[in-house]
Amino acid sequence: MFRGLALGSGGFVVALIAAIGIFLLLQALPSLQANQVSFLTSGEWTTGDPNDMRFGILYLLWVTVATAAFALVLAMPVALGIALFLTQYAPRALARVFAYIIDLLAAVPSIIFGLWGLQVLGPALVPTAEWLNTNLGWFPLFSDGNVSIRGGGTIFTAGIVLAVMILPIITAITREIFERTPKDQIEGALALGATRWEVIRTTVLPFGRAGYVSGSMLGLGRALGETVALYLILSGASGRAPELSLFDGDATIASKIANDAAEFNNEISAGAYIAAGLVLFVLTFVVNALARWITTSRTGK
Amino acid sequence: MAKRIDVKDLNIYYGKFHAVENVTLSVPPRSVTAFIGPSGCGKSTVLRSLNRMHEVIPGARVDGSVLLDGADIYGAGVDPVEVRRTIGMVFQRPNPFPTMSIRDNVVAGLRLAGTKNRQQLDEVCERSLRGANLWEEVKDRLNKPGGGLSGGQQQRLCIARAIAVQPDVLLMDEPCSALDPISTLAIEDLITELKQDFTIVIVTHNMQQAARVSDQTAFFNLHGVGQPGRLVEIDETSRIFSNPSQRATEDYISGRFG
Ligand SMILES: Nc1ncnc2c1ncn2[C@@H]1O[C@H](COP(=O)(O)OP(=O)(O)O)[C@@H](O)[C@H]1O
Ligand SMILES: [Mg+2]
Repeated sequence: MFRGLALGSGGFVVALIAAIGIFLLLQALPSLQANQVSFLTSGEWTTGDPNDMRFGILYLLWVTVATAAFALVLAMPVALGIALFLTQYAPRALARVFAYIIDLLAAVPSIIFGLWGLQVLGPALVPTAEWLNTNLGWFPLFSDGNVSIRGGGTIFTAGIVLAVMILPIITAITREIFERTPKDQIEGALALGATRWEVIRTTVLPFGRAGYVSGSMLGLGRALGETVALYLILSGASGRAPELSLFDGDATIASKIANDAAEFNNEISAGAYIAAGLVLFVLTFVVNALARWITTSRTGK
Repeated sequence: MAKRIDVKDLNIYYGKFHAVENVTLSVPPRSVTAFIGPSGCGKSTVLRSLNRMHEVIPGARVDGSVLLDGADIYGAGVDPVEVRRTIGMVFQRPNPFPTMSIRDNVVAGLRLAGTKNRQQLDEVCERSLRGANLWEEVKDRLNKPGGGLSGGQQQRLCIARAIAVQPDVLLMDEPCSALDPISTLAIEDLITELKQDFTIVIVTHNMQQAARVSDQTAFFNLHGVGQPGRLVEIDETSRIFSNPSQRATEDYISGRFG
């Protein structure tokens, strides 16, 4: 009975996902055929005239992947630190309060994060960003980008906001897996004369690694798809190609679609955006599948 | 190496619960002492207080003293981590580190103590595995994970891991209770060999085992639910099993032995 139900709903979800994918593909095909440039290798985006479509995913993909990756690089160590602190060091009562606060972060609507990034964090980060650009500009990621650093609407700002947004999910998953480290493992290490940190290194981290990585992948999946916050934060089109710097701006796939949705005045133009959406769909799907695969292949024996 | 233990007026608590009352006993070096008694009488609790494993449980504490060759392991300024380095422990359920190879499991304690020399680690690995009667069985797969061994082999791996750091004392909490009879015999033989180098304290619910491996036996008992456990008597094993001085001991042994 339950089996049937589970199989049925599982099958339904798979069918639904496939249907969405096929829908996107069908909508995008005419536009892709009308495209005058290569969709995968161009970064141009002019879709106003159905008879002269020029659109490529490259620049959007760069901003999407760069913001998400930057967010992940920032959030992963912080989440690990918080999860270790909460499960291994903090007294129980404190840990509970702290964990609750982190979970509250997950309940903040993204539009609020967007406003914060736009009005507060973006301007506040300008001095840091300028310092990095002036002093470490030789490093490609800190070199001049395609938008003004002073404007704050950069991958740099967006990535930091995204990092805060994905912190709760990574922390929660990591904390949960760390808590389940078998007690006999921990005692085994203690009995060998391991300090608290050595216990963590010999038992908690090896046991929790797969969960941590898959939690991070889920966070990455979220970051890739985040729309509203980035729509507010990132500066609108500069028209210039990105410099592969954290101080590039423009838009991610999702924020681009949100930004231009009002201008979908014909099927062919809309199809270009749908093609972009399809790329995002595949990207997040792969990342999430990877996360699941890591979890099941490492813990589900 | 092997050191003697003197426990004086030991009282052990879990928060408000008084688990064990007024235990006084001595364990001579290079001998095997068995703890027997009904479930819940505090055998594990006493054993765990001998290397300060007890205090990792929140709220747990002890009163009294445990002297290792005269030095109080609960003395001011004594680091419990150091205590556990010199007093090793083997648990009821074999608990090798599952992600580590057999070799890394054996030398884990040495690594923690800072030994990096590869040759030295290899020597200790072989010596400890031989000491645990496991070398012949695993010498060709030292780089395979320890989790792939049988239960009895895993337990001997844990013994190898414990003796690799050359502890002064080896504590064992029902080390055979999860094992089949053949593995149990292998471990009992091993215990008899190990006592030439180590002071051993073993908790067992199997009285034949206590009779077979130990030199002296301590009988613990409970006087009622919610009451602390007590040490009823400790004496030479042959005396405890043939002619104990306490009635309670005799009842317990004849009730289970006959
Ligand atoms: N972690 C713990 N927290 C609270 N009470 C405990 C804990 N471990 C054991 N006890 C209690 O201490 C008493 C002695 O337990 P234990 O030493 O495990 O007995 P034994 O090993 O002789 O079976 C029992 O009443 C048990 O419920
Ligand atoms: Mg016990």
